[in-house]
Amino acid sequence: MSHPGEITRRQLLHRIGMTALVAGPGAGLLSACATGGSDEPATPTASSGAATSPKNPFGVDAKKPLKVTIFSGGYGDAYARELHEELYKKAFPGVTVEHNATQQIGTQLRPLFVSGDVPDVVNNSGPEGLDLVALAAQGHLADLTALFDAPSVDDPAKKVRDTVTPAVIDNAKIDGKDLVLNYTVSHRGLWYNARLFADKGWTPPKTWAEFTALGETAKAEGIHLFAYPGQKGPYYQLWNALYTAAKIGGNQVIIDIDNLVDNAWNVAAVKQAVAAWVHIQAKYSDKSYFGLDHTQTQVKHLQNKLLFYPVGSWIENEMAKDKPAGFEYAIAPIPDLTAADAMPYGAIQVGVGENFFVSAKGKNPQGGLEYLRIMLSKEGARGFTEKTLNLTVVNGAAEGLALTPALKSAARAQDAAGQNIITDARFEGWYKQLFDYGTEQINVVMAGRITPDEFCARMQARADKIKKDTSVPKQTRSQ
Amino acid sequence: MERLRKYGFIAGFLVVPVALYSVFVISPYVQAFQISLTDWNGISSRLNYVGLDNFGGLFEDEVFWRALRNHGILLLVLPLATIVIALFFSFLLNLGGGSRGAGMRGVWGSTFYRVVFFFPQVLAVAVVGVLFKAVYRPDESGVVNGVLVKLGLDPVGWLIEPDLALWSIMAVMVWQAVGFFVVLFSAGMAAIPKDYFEAAALDGAGRFRLFFSITLPLLRDTVQVGWVYLGIAAFDGFALIQVLAGDKGEPDGATTVLPVEIWKTAFSYSKVGYASAMGVALFFLTVTFAVLTLRTTRRERIEL
Repeated sequence: MSHPGEITRRQLLHRIGMTALVAGPGAGLLSACATGGSDEPATPTASSGAATSPKNPFGVDAKKPLKVTIFSGGYGDAYARELHEELYKKAFPGVTVEHNATQQIGTQLRPLFVSGDVPDVVNNSGPEGLDLVALAAQGHLADLTALFDAPSVDDPAKKVRDTVTPAVIDNAKIDGKDLVLNYTVSHRGLWYNARLFADKGWTPPKTWAEFTALGETAKAEGIHLFAYPGQKGPYYQLWNALYTAAKIGGNQVIIDIDNLVDNAWNVAAVKQAVAAWVHIQAKYSDKSYFGLDHTQTQVKHLQNKLLFYPVGSWIENEMAKDKPAGFEYAIAPIPDLTAADAMPYGAIQVGVGENFFVSAKGKNPQGGLEYLRIMLSKEGARGFTEKTLNLTVVNGAAEGLALTPALKSAARAQDAAGQNIITDARFEGWYKQLFDYGTEQINVVMAGRITPDEFCARMQARADKIKKDTSVPKQTRSQ
Repeated sequence: MERLRKYGFIAGFLVVPVALYSVFVISPYVQAFQISLTDWNGISSRLNYVGLDNFGGLFEDEVFWRALRNHGILLLVLPLATIVIALFFSFLLNLGGGSRGAGMRGVWGSTFYRVVFFFPQVLAVAVVGVLFKAVYRPDESGVVNGVLVKLGLDPVGWLIEPDLALWSIMAVMVWQAVGFFVVLFSAGMAAIPKDYFEAAALDGAGRFRLFFSITLPLLRDTVQVGWVYLGIAAFDGFALIQVLAGDKGEPDGATTVLPVEIWKTAFSYSKVGYASAMGVALFFLTVTFAVLTLRTTRRERIEL
């Protein structure tokens, strides 16, 4: 049958079995072609023939080409093409680098991982990112311990691990091994227009009472106090609710949720946080935001139709094209919800993001590690910040750079927060099914169709289900 | 020898398309059946067979049942609404003007309308999705809600109210499909000899009588084919739902459909085995529907 409407469904059915056809020359053999290939044990950073030296700690062979795949999303791919790859070529004259930029990391790379012809360095990001836990289980991810223990590019006396923010090492772990490099640092909180606040004589609220009072003032001017995008970006609000819960009950709330601890979702801090935001949504926001996507909501933010938007410091670069001159992004911490919040006012979330990994079964894992070492050099990191207006995990790499107002505001907020840094929720990457369920359910509770208690109960039930599902590899964190 | 030459000639033509069809259509289907019996994650190079566990899991999966419920609603409403509207329009376009001179005519300007009706069919589904995102936008910038707000009414959350979302999406599906079926039915009506209409009109039959006693019975085969097409479309909805509602069945599972769930389970959750089981279930649902429809509506042909 060849009805036009059928095409997408059929394509879909194809795609499921289709990896096979892209992957292997054995496509003609009706079966078993999706899963051809070998299951050899990974031999990361095995000797490559070239000698190691302090300048070349992994023994990179300059004759071997390096394949790099970059997710060309919000950061673009110029930082890799024009900077990191050029630095790599400069370090190894005559070497070739195969650059590949895509927005569909998973679709493009999944068949390659099945067939074995993998890129050496992968920037695994975007909505179609690969499942790192599954890749790790198959031994596809090279151990980065060698990288972290290697001498840094700028100061051979210092190890790489001592030149980056400690969260990099915490977040590198899958199944207890250092396998993933998070390259960027972002600051999450409530972002607002500092110019508007200055003009109106408003200050960011420190307590929930001040927050709702500002809500009344804004309401009188026809401005919504707060909004999040119900389409495509409801996870911003899931983060926001979880960070609020961590502010009330301490980071242990999020750590327990990540560790699938029994009744982790049912603790008072989570219920309080969700209830507080439901109240703000009902009283000081508008239901139309449930049907707007992130860009539509962010444009409304730029038009001063809402005051606070829960997002991260990438927002300034993301909206750079649309941002009018009179708008200046600044971050505000979550106001104190109770008098006895575990974290004092000023606590913000500072997290690392943007995953890079080296393929253990690629042709040039040494080159891959060296590429990451170059990325973590001052020159590599500084250039990244210049090209993308985002900070990297490399300590002091942005020193002396003229920072944008948003980054300055984030830096000030981090100084003010001191030790009170809210942790990131890692079940987002570990148990995507639970995270997706949460992003869907947060809309339901925020719209008032279920109570905060019901929300927590539903999340707990789903977390329990994941905990029992033996096909999902489990991860744990201690801090 | 003669026979060999004849069949060799035919086979020569067929070998390339059949090979392509087996590689790109049959083999993925067969493989989906194979993978549905495993817990393959899409990356591993070995298949670990788990028997019918995936299918057992389907029966306990509330998302699967919610998807089936939504497909059920789509299956009831989409074909019926589309066919009724398409029949009405094609009747107006072809026969609605009554008999003038030799044969039947459509209403005034029918050639123009015919082109207009076909427009939505020309647009890619993704374009239609983006278009209706603007139409259904829930604030005053939306096409529909802009009018409502001007009239002093509250904006309606077309795609964010659980009771409304699926119907809003169905309206788009119907809007898009009607044009194709107007053309299909028009072709069917053109094949009906004019004498029948003239004879009936001479006997004093009005337009309603003409439609129900002559047009509809003689269009039976075409309508039946349309019904099967639309029924299969009711098991789809992937692109439109993806663009308009999102991939999580928002709001509250009102737009959960199997194709989206399969895609998500396979590529977001790396449960390719389980997703293939869903795909196999979808395959049998579609085939069962098509066979049932064709069987139950079979009737003796009317010789024209």
